[in-house]
Amino acid sequence: MLAMNYRGPRRVRIDRKPFPEIKHPEDAIVRVTRSCICGSDLHLYNGNVPDTRVGMTFGHEFVGVIEEIGPDVHNVKVGDTVLVPFNIACGKCAFCKQGLYGNCHESNTQATAVGGIFGYSHTAGGYDGGQAEYVRVPYANVGPTVIPPDMDPDDAVLLTDVLPTGYQAAEMGGIQPGDTVVIFGAGPVGIMAAKCAWLFGAGRVIVFDHVEYRLEFVRNYAQCEVYNFREVDDVVVFVKKLTDWLGADVCIDAVGAEAAGNAMQTITGRKTLLQAGSATALHWAVNSVKKGGIVSIVGVYGPTDNLVPIGNVVNKGLTIRANQTSVKRLLPRLIDHIQQGRINPKAIITHRIPLEEVAEAYHIFSAKLDNCIKPVLIPPSARS
Amino acid sequence: MENLADQYTHIVGWGVDADPKNDPTYPMKHRTDEEQKGYSWERPAQQPEDIEVLRSIERPNVSAVFGTSVPPQGLSGQIRRFAFRYSESSYGHWLPLLVADRVNVVEGILDDLKRGHVPNIFAEKGMKADWKYNQKALVQTVVVGALITTAVVVLFRNRKNALS
Repeated sequence: MLAMNYRGPRRVRIDRKPFPEIKHPEDAIVRVTRSCICGSDLHLYNGNVPDTRVGMTFGHEFVGVIEEIGPDVHNVKVGDTVLVPFNIACGKCAFCKQGLYGNCHESNTQATAVGGIFGYSHTAGGYDGGQAEYVRVPYANVGPTVIPPDMDPDDAVLLTDVLPTGYQAAEMGGIQPGDTVVIFGAGPVGIMAAKCAWLFGAGRVIVFDHVEYRLEFVRNYAQCEVYNFREVDDVVVFVKKLTDWLGADVCIDAVGAEAAGNAMQTITGRKTLLQAGSATALHWAVNSVKKGGIVSIVGVYGPTDNLVPIGNVVNKGLTIRANQTSVKRLLPRLIDHIQQGRINPKAIITHRIPLEEVAEAYHIFSAKLDNCIKPVLIPPSARS
Repeated sequence: MENLADQYTHIVGWGVDADPKNDPTYPMKHRTDEEQKGYSWERPAQQPEDIEVLRSIERPNVSAVFGTSVPPQGLSGQIRRFAFRYSESSYGHWLPLLVADRVNVVEGILDDLKRGHVPNIFAEKGMKADWKYNQKALVQTVVVGALITTAVVVLFRNRKNALS
């Protein structure tokens, strides 16, 4: 079968790989019909996530058709069209039982801090991902969810990560009606966080980025205020001025390790890997939020250390809420939001690219060419 | 809240998920206190260990399922095995893994060559997209690269001629 093949930092290609096999009684094999490249895939692509092995297939956002199931799979059947949450979750451990499906303890042997994630390095379990024609899906009774017949598959694929992550970013912000919410990052997750902040009753939603076409998009899509951080002297002072000199009620880091905007962070976090990614957005979030405010982190960082003003977290009495998204917990509510017309996720898809052109797709997304916001890879079988 | 809602009638769904009880830990975690019982849940069936799986020393066992993407092999595999002697809290774990990743890139190129495949680095970097969407910058990079290379070659030739 055709599958994306990681060859090293900023080098990927399409290759033929063996078909995946059922390895566990609760496994399913899914024929992929759409998969996305996620902003967090770029951390892998750039070689910033430890234990990313040459030969791995990335891709944790995908939908497809169940082709084969193991003997203990009862919740889905062959032929079902499913969306597959990016978290691999057993549904039985203490963490899954508490709704923390992103923190499953039975899906990742290589690290305890993170549960299994499709196509996200061996640090996240060593599973091949969905940027391929077929993929092995463990715990098929838990994750895969049948796509409602009236739902567009482009909406469904964005329910596997992007929309739930944006929603959880807003949810973790504990937004109260009338709150001012500042979001750092106008990538797909930041765009969704801005949209979802209104659902929680935000009074004002402000987004910062430096990519003009993305700011323009989020301004129209999420009806929010936008600012280019390259055009302001000091982001933190600018936020203070915007918020009557007190700071935002909630700040969301929707960028993570690839953040631009601070030379020292960029050099130590992205160029030399002396820290686990550039923590510029998190730095700004901590310093821009009001005393007693909440900082919500969904941006992905590496597993080592980052330079963050933790003293200000103490002095300002902040609450920091963060997690990998619990996609399964959020799905029923988000499916309803889409069906009720409150959110139109597929509007962020800018590029539909054949799977065979995966190297170009990564480069387009990574270098932000052709006003790219969200690329979707389509395998040959889904194009005919 | 009702007065506030009047100001946001232009935003579809404004406030439909507003929840005054949303304070830290709620509702991200449905408190069941399951974790207080320790490692006592009924574990799923164990996936057979038919490949080498490196295990974090912060857990007592192999997780019930695991990925089989790329088992450790070669020099990078040796380095990874060394890294897994240390906990996730230690640089002794993560730094060797980053080194192993870089060694693995060289192993990948050698492996390609052994199989008679010369990797097309330009194609793997997706440079075709630059030609399509970023032609000016690509041409600029190529021209600057060519000028620098020419300058270096000329400099070395002149120096060689001066020495002989």
